Amino acid sequence: MVTTVKEGWELVVGLEVHVELVTTTKMWCGCLTHFGEEPNTNICPVCTGQPGSLPVVNGAAVRAAALIGLAINCSVNETSQFHRKNYFYPDLVKNYQISQYDVPICSEGHLELEVEGSPVTVGIERLHMEEDTGKSTHLGGSGRLHGADTSLIDYNRAGVPLMEVVSHPDIHDAETAQAYVRELQGIVETLGVSDARMDQGSMRVDANVSVRRPGEPLGIRTEIKNLNSVRSLGRAIAYEAQRQIEVLEDGGEIVMQTRHWDESTGRTETLRVKETVTDYRYFPDPDLVPVHCPADWVDEIRAELPELPAAARARLTDAGVDEAQAAALVGTSGMLAAFDEAVATGADPRTVANWLVGDVAGQLSTAEVDFADSGITGAHVGQLVALVDDGTLSNNLAKQVVEHLVADRGSRSPAVVAQEEGLQQVSDTDELQAIVDRVVADNPDTVATIRDGNTKAIGALVGQVMKETRGQADPRATNELLRAAITP
Amino acid sequence: MTSDLLTDTAAGLAARMAAREVSAREVVDAHLDRIEATDGDGTSDTDVHAFLTVVADTARRHADDVDQRRVTGRDLGPLAGVPLALKDLFTMRGAPTTVGSRILEGWVPPYDATVTEKLRAADVIVLGKTNMDEFAMGSSTENSAYGPTRNPWDLGRVPGGSSGGSAAAVAALQAPLSLGTDTGGSIRQPAALCGLVGSKPTYGAVSRYGMVAFASSLDQAGPFARSVTDAALLQSVIQGHDPRDSTSIDPVRVGRDLPDLLADLDAGVEGLTIGVVTELQGEGYEPGVLAAFEDSLRRFEALGATVVEASIPHASYGLPAYYLVAPSEASSNLARFDGVRYGLRVDAPTAEEMNAATRGAGFGPEVRRRIMIGTHALSSGYYDAFYNQASRVRRLIANDFATAFEQVDVLVSPTSPSVAFPLGDKTDDPLAMYLNDVATVPASLAGVPAVSVPNGRGAEGLPTGLQVMGPLLGDDRCFRVARALEADLGLDPVPSGANAVAPA
Amino acid sequence: MRRPSRRRVSEMALSEAEVRHVARLARLDLSDDDVAELAPQLSQILEYAEQVGEVAADDVEPMVHPFPVTNVMRDDHPAASLPRDEVLSQAPDAREDRFAVPRIVAEDA
Ligand SMILES: [Zn+2]
Repeated sequence: MVTTVKEGWELVVGLEVHVELVTTTKMWCGCLTHFGEEPNTNICPVCTGQPGSLPVVNGAAVRAAALIGLAINCSVNETSQFHRKNYFYPDLVKNYQISQYDVPICSEGHLELEVEGSPVTVGIERLHMEEDTGKSTHLGGSGRLHGADTSLIDYNRAGVPLMEVVSHPDIHDAETAQAYVRELQGIVETLGVSDARMDQGSMRVDANVSVRRPGEPLGIRTEIKNLNSVRSLGRAIAYEAQRQIEVLEDGGEIVMQTRHWDESTGRTETLRVKETVTDYRYFPDPDLVPVHCPADWVDEIRAELPELPAAARARLTDAGVDEAQAAALVGTSGMLAAFDEAVATGADPRTVANWLVGDVAGQLSTAEVDFADSGITGAHVGQLVALVDDGTLSNNLAKQVVEHLVADRGSRSPAVVAQEEGLQQVSDTDELQAIVDRVVADNPDTVATIRDGNTKAIGALVGQVMKETRGQADPRATNELLRAAITP
Repeated sequence: MTSDLLTDTAAGLAARMAAREVSAREVVDAHLDRIEATDGDGTSDTDVHAFLTVVADTARRHADDVDQRRVTGRDLGPLAGVPLALKDLFTMRGAPTTVGSRILEGWVPPYDATVTEKLRAADVIVLGKTNMDEFAMGSSTENSAYGPTRNPWDLGRVPGGSSGGSAAAVAALQAPLSLGTDTGGSIRQPAALCGLVGSKPTYGAVSRYGMVAFASSLDQAGPFARSVTDAALLQSVIQGHDPRDSTSIDPVRVGRDLPDLLADLDAGVEGLTIGVVTELQGEGYEPGVLAAFEDSLRRFEALGATVVEASIPHASYGLPAYYLVAPSEASSNLARFDGVRYGLRVDAPTAEEMNAATRGAGFGPEVRRRIMIGTHALSSGYYDAFYNQASRVRRLIANDFATAFEQVDVLVSPTSPSVAFPLGDKTDDPLAMYLNDVATVPASLAGVPAVSVPNGRGAEGLPTGLQVMGPLLGDDRCFRVARALEADLGLDPVPSGANAVAPA
Repeated sequence: MRRPSRRRVSEMALSEAEVRHVARLARLDLSDDDVAELAPQLSQILEYAEQVGEVAADDVEPMVHPFPVTNVMRDDHPAASLPRDEVLSQAPDAREDRFAVPRIVAEDA
């Protein structure tokens, strides 16, 4: 069940998602977009707004924007234009941001999501191209009263291509908002156009939240910023909805404002109140010419679209993988490719999904390693399944093999791990017979109980055999040998 | 010898240098001496004050280098060794660029403008950076934060603007060539007032990269010279596609080469149809200006051209449209001057207050006025009535030109409604100052090329100019018509008269 | 040439309060004297400019570029950046390899 707001109220959420593209160079100049370099090393006349400098559009960014637009079912507009959004801010080098306004590159799309087992469609109003700003950091303490503090600005991020995807206010619960963002993340990652990391700021989500009595017009909204994870997005929406309902039920009014999510307190706080709508004085940027996307070019881009998450999930469930596992396989970076690779070795899809989503993901999560960084490949998983299938490994042993794969980042294959760590199953009947005989001889009371008809007690003997073999005994063979030994 | 070097044309100097009759160093030294003798710092009313910065050492080194390469028999460009004055709006590494403003005082740009690179590649020798109306906003060069430039024909009068320093430098024989920029007439009007040839190329023919922007959709760089041939030679050097300027004309894309400005330069006007723009004459134009203009029309006819009346029906809306479009773009272009990355900073406790204080102190009155007009014209509730409506009018004017050029080869008008006016005459009345641009803004709005060529004398024996406007990429035709008039008039471009700059 | 009549009272005239509002948008410090001087000047210029409304109906496409081209783009190939010190040397204040400004109060838009 999705979390619902208090009875008698409806939550309305629209999301603005900014996605930083992983082009080699910036939106308007040839500076590198590398993340995490020394401050102000990737700067030039254009991206520091030197007088006289001019922007030239990065064709790769336009292509990426069209690709994302098609993937989220938008239409690509034949002609779009860059506008200037005028506002002053020290990290905005020209004191205007080059963005798109009334004619964005892509319009009107949607995402089909699966939220708690039910299908949900969220409409998308537009996708437009713009540029990122520099980064300002605060120097010195809080000292606001002393007026002595300073902000320092690094323009390495200034001019990095940014896509903004604006949803319709079609979202009515936090889970849908989270699913929407995860889906977008999955799409841009599948397309290879962005890292889409909320924690690193390469994907940034602003949530416009309002509540209303069902059937009434839209309520006054607040905009929540500083959402660093899908989890905080969900928490922030739930908190803000509750806050607004309380204010309204107490006879108060919601004030149009920007609110800041504080992860540590779990609250949203007023960042600033918008007295009037900011007057951005948008006008067509005279330094840039229109972008023309003819139909045949759009068709070409469309043909390049890889399998998108929704299609991949459908394919997996068709292959018998359950929906939750399919979602996890598709939603975890690199896992779908590993799944496909494992299945290509002949392994059963459901079994592969079980291993990947179960033990592999579980142990990686404990070790705090991303699957994409784990070194574990589809070939590894395929081999693991084969070793279980041919009886070389029991399930328990296979789990131990996974532990080793996680620990040494897939540097040895499961077969090598099993051999080098002595984890092969003991199915040599002579060796096993000797152990079984010894266990039967050492536990006369248990044997007697079994012979008296309490067949379940055989489990204790199996356990003894497993203990003696450090878990390497083939459980089926052990059972058979024990029964034979006990049966008078 | 020296005076002869100063009065010679760029083409003449280049030929003499190529023949090794004179060295580039001698030519450059002669001009640096002339600057030294006549330019001053603007504090005396006999100072021309065309230059804000003179880069004498760099110029001499460059000249020596040209001479040396010439000795080794290297193939040099057609203007190699010729000195030039550069408007202080083009970036050039190693020298300050002020754009005539306090807000950029001390700024040494970290890169060269494309035009600066092209000049260097052609071995044209930059003598220094010239005075201008602050951010190219003005028609008299009185809006410079560094004091006005004086008209070499009458030191009590303005040289026109905004490229007044570049015009005055060439008229005062401080340089045979200079570069200016023209947004609404800032090359053509000072050319007319200083008795020079000045050209505003087709929008996009010359790269804007490294030109500090005033109004991006209008700004074009172009030459000043004392002869049409020199102007055409210089424009040939600076024009060309630049991938760093998205609005620069790419011959591959438009399927058409940029015009060859020299091939038919001397072909005359016989057989050409010259349209006289009805709307750009009459009321508001000085009688002397109109008389000189009409004399030129008769000369064109005598030279074998067909002179007809032509109409740009929306021409009278050009000025109001211009004074909305240009300030709107400027209000955004000039937002970057905020005291953060370069230039002036006026300290204040917060970044926001620092921005406002810096901008309030760093911009002069005319720049502030235009930023205010433009900000208002783009603001919510006014955008449609002002900026957008002006952009529509612009389309009508461009259409008017296209229609007119179906009938005529070129259009002509007086360049400026008046001859040079006394310093201080119009500084208290912004709108009166704006009216100087009435004849030049229509071509700017349409993006078409226009050349101003000396057209005889008006009141007080001061120069007047005739404007030749051509269709998009018809720059060659403008030069050809201007050349025919120049040859027929045979005017002496050296300033004369009681108040003129001292002779060379 | 047209000149606006100074007597004509236009709805496009700017009050001093409006002048202050525009100055805030443009982030320009203006003194009271500046405002008093600018209000009539700007009003006069705007009245003159208002003429553009007399022609060009809505069906006329606004013109942004004199020379219509589309899709001017560059390849995603790196070009040299500038030396940091050269750029920072032009800044009124730079510290720790960054541009320094007094504390930023307003939040980004
Ligand atoms: Zn850059």
